[in-house]
Amino acid sequence: MNIIACVKQVPDTEAQIKVKADGSGIEEGQIKWVMNPYDEFGVEEALKLKEKNGGDVTIVCVGPARAMETIRTALAMGADKGVHICDPAFDNADAFVVANALAAAIKALPHDIIFCGQRAIDDDSGQVGAMLAEALNLPQLTLVTKLEFAGSSVKVIRPIEGAQLSIETALPAVVTCQKGLNEPRYASLPGIMKAKKKPVDVKNAAAIGVATDAKARVAKTVPPPARPPGKIICGDEPAQKAAELGKLLREEAKAI
Amino acid sequence: MQYNPCVKHKLIRASTRSFAEAELAPIAAEIDQQRIFPREIIEKMRELNYFGLQTPKAYGGAELDSVSSAIVVEELSRVCAAVGLCVTVHNGVAVYPFLRFASARQKDIYLPELASGNAIGAFSLTEANAGSDAGSVETTARKQGSNYILNGTKIFVTNGGVCDVALIFALTSSPEHKLQSSVFIVESKYPGFLRGEREDLCGMRANPVSSLFFEDCSVPEENLLGKLGDGMKIGLATLDNGRLGVAAQALGIAQGAMETAVKYARERQQFKKPIASLQTIQNYIADMATEIMAARLLLYRACDLKDAGMPFGCEASMAKLYCSSVASRVSSLAVQIHGGYGYSKEYDVERYFRDARVTEIYEGTSEIQRMVIARAILSQSIL
Repeated sequence: MNIIACVKQVPDTEAQIKVKADGSGIEEGQIKWVMNPYDEFGVEEALKLKEKNGGDVTIVCVGPARAMETIRTALAMGADKGVHICDPAFDNADAFVVANALAAAIKALPHDIIFCGQRAIDDDSGQVGAMLAEALNLPQLTLVTKLEFAGSSVKVIRPIEGAQLSIETALPAVVTCQKGLNEPRYASLPGIMKAKKKPVDVKNAAAIGVATDAKARVAKTVPPPARPPGKIICGDEPAQKAAELGKLLREEAKAI
Repeated sequence: MQYNPCVKHKLIRASTRSFAEAELAPIAAEIDQQRIFPREIIEKMRELNYFGLQTPKAYGGAELDSVSSAIVVEELSRVCAAVGLCVTVHNGVAVYPFLRFASARQKDIYLPELASGNAIGAFSLTEANAGSDAGSVETTARKQGSNYILNGTKIFVTNGGVCDVALIFALTSSPEHKLQSSVFIVESKYPGFLRGEREDLCGMRANPVSSLFFEDCSVPEENLLGKLGDGMKIGLATLDNGRLGVAAQALGIAQGAMETAVKYARERQQFKKPIASLQTIQNYIADMATEIMAARLLLYRACDLKDAGMPFGCEASMAKLYCSSVASRVSSLAVQIHGGYGYSKEYDVERYFRDARVTEIYEGTSEIQRMVIARAILSQSIL
């Protein structure tokens, strides 16, 4: 079975994000980078499928040189090889460009199932998985929390408001992973030692033959407005304090 | 020497850190207070091969370089020093002597069990009257047929309450030498191997540090490690290596204490601003960060010497001396930054402060480290 897992390198959730003075993006100097947590679910599911049904797992990643560390992390978890699409031309790539680059790289590989995170925690656009399925002309199963493999098809669970859908499709297909699908494993020490010897194919835009012109452009990056300080209601009388809270909620916060 | 971490070292740090933060952080305070040895977490650590850090792959180990091994201990100790202690003692002083001094047969029997963590190891030299003066061991091993009969009491044995295999230093006699120390591989299942109560210690409380008693404990003669009378040689070589592990542990404690204090200083408001904006606090943070960086480089330098097959005893003592004093200073400053809250068990720095203190004592006190370093310096013709 040929399994693909797409990964993106994103700032650590604990990183202190600073916007560049000219609003052209964020300061990258001091940031700790990690694998997008939703992509980790994809890598874990890929590894579980491989362990159960045999085959191999290929990691595909569009990102700058530093993203190699994220590919190696996935290899340390147990994936077999990687494709790193790395080109300065992708620096301002939007979801469309990234999805097309992934599609071009994946077309050149045998693929039975492709895993993506349901979105990346940096730009939160949540479009790449769906666009990738379109570009490859494959069925897409999004926001998946359970997956069962049955030879030439898969059955998945996708939660919706107040219920859940059970969807089945023939393979190949693109699956985007939601929290709850699995518990990603930690890379073991032997896994890390093996990871450095696993092959990673580094390709530029020309090598995979895709256009790098983005459809969308980030006009400006601005930090979120500072949160106004909270208000503490003082006093000894609970009834009085409750009345004051009700008044503030109605008149100031306009919440009730 | 490399001053920038390679991808492998970064991956090992990131992976151990995510393990420690997800699995150890939620329980670290509780297992400290309740003195619980976290068996379930130990099982998970076995799967990641944390008990075979430098054991060759052929015996089921991860065959790590010494810096990688230090990073694992550092990252575990950054979150929970008592678990870091279990790992560093197991690898650094229980497994290491097997790698250096065991026969092929002893390696085949014990290394796979130790590397997988199926058996937890201990190293037992210290006695009531033999601390820094390791030559004063009173436990005896008397030859009887094809066995040695051990009698005596060992104290402050890290992992003592749970170990399956312990290396025991005991006095032996031979026709040439009346009394000299030798090392025996003793399995906890041998009759006459008895465990004492767990020590009620200031720090490292989740580790089952305890006494071991030997009452006519019969050990097969093939369990002699090295040759008869090799005790001092094995002990000194093992302690050199163990010091790298304790230095890594101390460094992890310092790092954890500093990060906790920095986070607190950013959040804690006094005089209507975060205390991190006060110059006094900034000076503390600058000193902590600088000392930790210096300590780390000193340790990795000693690790590199070891991997290059060079003598590293003096550098290991320097790393152990400095990292442990940094751990004590930094954790004390971290308490200071927390003010009254830092003195409360509600906050983690109190635990770091207690855990740091012993790193200046075990695996050779700071005074012994200075003695080792001074002897090395004074014996050199070119300084």
